[in-house]
Order: sequence, then structure tokens, then C-alpha cells
Amino acid sequence: MFDFVSFIPRAVMQGVPLLLGSTGETLTEKSGNLNLGIPGIMYVGAISGVIGGFLYESSLPSPDAIRALPAILIPMCASLLGSLLMGLLYCFLTVTLRANQNVTGLAMTTFGVGFGNFFGGSLIKLAGSKMPYLALSASSIIYRRTLPFANKLGWFGSIFLSYGFLAYLAIAIALLSAWILRHTRVGLHLRAVGENPNTADAAGINVNRYKYVSTCIGSMIAGLGGLYYVMDYSSGIWSNNAFGDRGWLAIALVIFTIWRPDTGVLASFLFGGLYILHMYSPSGMNLAIKELYKMAPYIVTIIVLVLSSIRNKRENQPPQSLGLPYFREER
Amino acid sequence: MTETKREPLIHITKRASLPWYASWGIRGAAILVALIVCAIICVLTTGEKPLRIYGTILSASFSSARRRWVLLQNIAMLLAVGLALIPAFRMRFWNLGGEGQILAGGLATAACMICLRDVCPNWVIIVCMVISSIAAGALWGVIPAIFKARWNTNETLFTLMMNYVATQLVAFFIIIWEMPKGAGKIGIINQKDMIGWLPVIGNYKYLLNIIVVGILCILMYIYLNYSKHGYEISVVGESQRTARYVGIKVERVVIRTMLLSGAICGLTGMLLVGGTDHTLTTSISGGRGFTAVMVAWLAKFNPIWMIMTSFLLVLLQRGASEISTVYGLNQSFSEILTGIILFFIVGSEFFISYQIHFRHTAKKEDIRRV
Repeated sequence: MFDFVSFIPRAVMQGVPLLLGSTGETLTEKSGNLNLGIPGIMYVGAISGVIGGFLYESSLPSPDAIRALPAILIPMCASLLGSLLMGLLYCFLTVTLRANQNVTGLAMTTFGVGFGNFFGGSLIKLAGSKMPYLALSASSIIYRRTLPFANKLGWFGSIFLSYGFLAYLAIAIALLSAWILRHTRVGLHLRAVGENPNTADAAGINVNRYKYVSTCIGSMIAGLGGLYYVMDYSSGIWSNNAFGDRGWLAIALVIFTIWRPDTGVLASFLFGGLYILHMYSPSGMNLAIKELYKMAPYIVTIIVLVLSSIRNKRENQPPQSLGLPYFREER
Repeated sequence: MTETKREPLIHITKRASLPWYASWGIRGAAILVALIVCAIICVLTTGEKPLRIYGTILSASFSSARRRWVLLQNIAMLLAVGLALIPAFRMRFWNLGGEGQILAGGLATAACMICLRDVCPNWVIIVCMVISSIAAGALWGVIPAIFKARWNTNETLFTLMMNYVATQLVAFFIIIWEMPKGAGKIGIINQKDMIGWLPVIGNYKYLLNIIVVGILCILMYIYLNYSKHGYEISVVGESQRTARYVGIKVERVVIRTMLLSGAICGLTGMLLVGGTDHTLTTSISGGRGFTAVMVAWLAKFNPIWMIMTSFLLVLLQRGASEISTVYGLNQSFSEILTGIILFFIVGSEFFISYQIHFRHTAKKEDIRRV
């Protein structure tokens, strides 16, 4: 019998960083910016949070003196700030300076991953701390705190209530973004900017402002994904390159959900499940087959991408001006 | 009521064209500023004098014969991937799948080396390696192209996903072929008899790769600038509608060009596996599929200029990794520096293609006109 009670929580925990990353990327892409820097931004979000938490924890006289509010807020604000700066950099280069989005995005990923691994690997040395390795266990316990009665509810508790607050925040952000995109004027304007900036501009929408704001907010949401990964999923322990290719998987998820953050909630858990499916596969000790299982999220994404382009329904297409810079005087 | 006309502070227009020395001057200035910023960061993290840091960067690539060869080899490999991407980029097909196409080629090469070693003579194996790696790379490249041509599937995302499919496929075969069993890696293939290793010219291990890529570079330059195919690629890149109007079959050009692009990536994979590394790992391409995107774009998709841009990038990467070794920093330091330099160069393109007019300069022009 397949062990759903242990599988589902692990799939959800794998899915949350993907959900945050893909929600952020969806908002960004809806404004016409194809931000391939998301993997780097998620690294920066994670390491900024770690740096914030590290500074806070090392300023304490003893680990027991930790208080919940600053332990949550300081890493979170640091993470948001770090990813905001990355978003601003991307916008400045692609919107203001009209640089090529693919090249800028890839450069951001190179930079961001390097930034994360550099500070993750040498923060202790640079700060001259006595910690043996970079572990924020005390803060992480606060991040992972669940409702007090969650453990007493059996399978219901472990499937629905066993997560830290960031997981629920991720779902709330995704649903809120979906609602804003679909039902508000701001969302309508944003979609207009992504589909056809010329028309949006003619209708009096400030194209550049929409691109800036949505890309920066998107980056911050994606950065939270990195923060969740390091503070909650991996118990506050930073190890280089542990985050892996999840950033690209988040971009895949955007396609998979055909640019709908609310679909992303379940889809991200599905992806999370596909990501760890190899641990539950019946092949037992055959390691080679497990590597093939890891292909599943990407194959599924390709199939969705192909099918949505073959069916060619207008509401399922990427934003029309995705990846193109906008210059008013160029028609 | 009189309405006052508010003129914006900054007004941007597109430049008609800029002489080559001015545009390269702007790029050079950007690189210079980037190097200064990098030096400041290095000084802050290492506490070393800036000049010594530049010295370390240069010595990483030039201080010994072996280092110079490694430099050339790295340039050649990066250039090869760039050459593969250029034709696709010229027709505005964003092939971000170089990574996967290299892996496909490398996988095919390793397969020939391992499976045919007891079956055929050495030269047959090498011929098989060349053919199969080119075919595998081309296959990996043409799959997204077919869907792009037929259904306009987004190629950026498709090729990106193909990278990870290739990575996992390679990971699968690594475990099947692992030597010794349970090691989780292949190790050096055919270490004793060197079957399937590409021939070494003289005593120079890397010379063959460098020569192959050099020839490839010249051929690509001719192909893009002096052949009918190259012309068709440029027209498709400028405007697909124009291309259709003049009777170019856009779908055919897309598929043919991606076959070529994937094939060269596959060949690069063969050079890496058969020529230098003699092993297969999932990171055999070392991120070149992505770095080459930037290199190709910096060179404005020109094969000859790309020699310079690959040189620049390899020099900086090797220098930065030397800095991190010498001063005991994390190896990722080089990625930070590469990123910063790319930001500056990417940003500087704006000043090449656009001109900024401030409010008062615009007024002066008006006065002159009156």
C-alpha cells in the first residue's frame, strides 16, 4: 500500500518553494518580462534570510534568549530586501536599459547562485564566528512551529496542519495573486501590459511602472521560496547547491499551470510529489531507474507546453509580448 | 488659462548607427568600470591591494605553459558552443538548450567508447563517436525546433526543459555504466588501452580540440555571411513575414538551423568526452550552454568577435577562481565577478543603441534650429 500519509506532507514541503517561485514568476511574466533570473533570485532570497538570521542569532548572548518575533521578521525582511534588489537590478537592465531579457536573466542566475554559495560557504569565516557550520537551528524551530494540536489529529493533522506558517502564506499569496490578476483593474492592466504594451500605453497605462512593480513583487515572492527552503525545509542548515535546480522547476511550473497561480497550488504539490517520487518508487534499490523518475516534472512540463501550443486556445498562451523589450518610439 | 508644456527631463531616441570604434569604446569602458567594481569587491573581501588582484587574474591564465593551454582549451570549448548557438540566435530562435545538446553528444560518445570497445577497431569507434554525437546533439536540438515550426511552441522554455531531461538521462546511464559498481560515477573510460580517445597531436593534449574549433569558427563565418542558408537565417530573424513573402520556407529554415546548432553542440560534447575528459558526468558541459548564450550575445552573433568575448569571459572566470583559491575564498566567488561584469556589459548595450537627450540639450537644439 502506498504510504500517502507520509508522502503527501513531503510532497507539499517540496512543493512550497516551487509554488512561491512560480507565483512570483507568473506575476513577472504577466508583465511581459521573462525573468530567467528566478533561480538566482531564490538563492539570493535564501542566503539573505540566512545572513539576517545569522546576524541576529550571533548577537544573542545565548541561544535560549531567542524571541519569536525578531527571529521571524529579521530573516524575512532581509530575504525580501535581497530579492527586491535583484528584481530592481533586473528591471533596471531590461526595462530602463532595454537589455535582452534572456541574457540578463542568465547573468542574474549566474550571479545569484554564486552569491548564495559564496556567502553560504564563507559567511562564518568572514564574520569570524565560532559556529562549526552555518546552522540556524533556533530560528528554524520557530519557522517550523505548527499549531499546538496538529500532532493530535492523526492523519488529518499530518496532511493538512504539519507545516510552518510560510507554507500557508505561500498558498495565500498564490490565491491572492490569482484573484488580483483575474478580478481587479490592476490585474487587467498588468495583463494588458504583458499582451500588448503598445495598446496598454495608448490606453494610458504606465507600462514601465507596471513592469517594475510586478517584477519586483514577483522577485520578492520568489525570494521567500528560497527562505522557506532553507529555514523550514532544511531546518536552517545551509549547504551549498542544496537548493539545486528548483528555480528552473519553478519556471517549468509556470508553464505547467498555464500562467495561473491558483492552479499552481495543487500543481506545485504535484511537482513536489514528482520530485520525490523516486524515493517511493517500487523499483527498490535500482538507483538508475530513480534517475529516470527525476525526469518526470520536466517531461510533464514539455507535454503541457506542447499540448497548449497545439490546442492554441487564446487564454492558454504565454503573454504575447513575453521576452520583448518595450520602446514607445519603436513600432 | 494657459497650459504649461512639461517636457520630460530625459528623452531617449534610437541611434541610427554608431561607428565600430565608438561602440567598442563604450563596451571597453563598461568592462573597465566592471573591473574596477570587481576590484573594490575583491579588496573588501580579501584586504589585498587592487593591483595584486589584477596580477593574480592574469597569472591564472598566463604564468605557465600548462595554464596557457588550459586557457586556450577553455576558450575553444566555450567558442564551440557559442558557434553552435549563433545561427539559431540569428533567426531569433532562443536556443537555451546548449547544455542538454552537449550532454546528448557526450552521452553518445561515451556509449560508443563503452559499448563498442571489444567489437570494432579503434578508428571505427572514433568514426562512430563523431557520427553518433553529432546525430544525438542534432536530435536534441531539432525536437524543440519541429514543435516551434509546426505549432509555434515557445522554444526558450522547451529547450530549457530539454536540458534537465538530458541531465537525468546522463545520470541514468552513469549508474548503468558506473565503474566500479556502486561508485556512482564512471571514472576514466578505457584508461588502459585508450580506446576511443581522440588522437593527440604532438605532445599537446588540447591542440586537436583547438584546431577543430578554429576551423569550425571560420566555416561558420563563411556559412553565415556568404551562403544562401546564412542569408535565409538573417531574413527569418529580421522578419518572418518578409521571409515568407520572398518565398523562404520559414519552417524548413528553423528546423535545418536547429539541426546544425544541435549538431555542433553534440560535437562539442564529443570533444569534451573523447578529447579531454575521457569520462562522462552530468556537469561535463560546466554551464557552457548558458555562458555561451552571453558570449554569443556580447559578440553580436559574430563568430570572429566571439573569439574575443570568449577569451574575455574565460580569462575572468579563471582569474576569479584563482583569486578564490589564493585568498582562501569560496570557489563561487568567480560566479559573482562574472555576473557583475556581465551586468555592466549588458547594460552598456543601451548606450550603443540609444541616445539620451537631457532637457536643456534639447532646448539648445531648438534654438539652433530657429
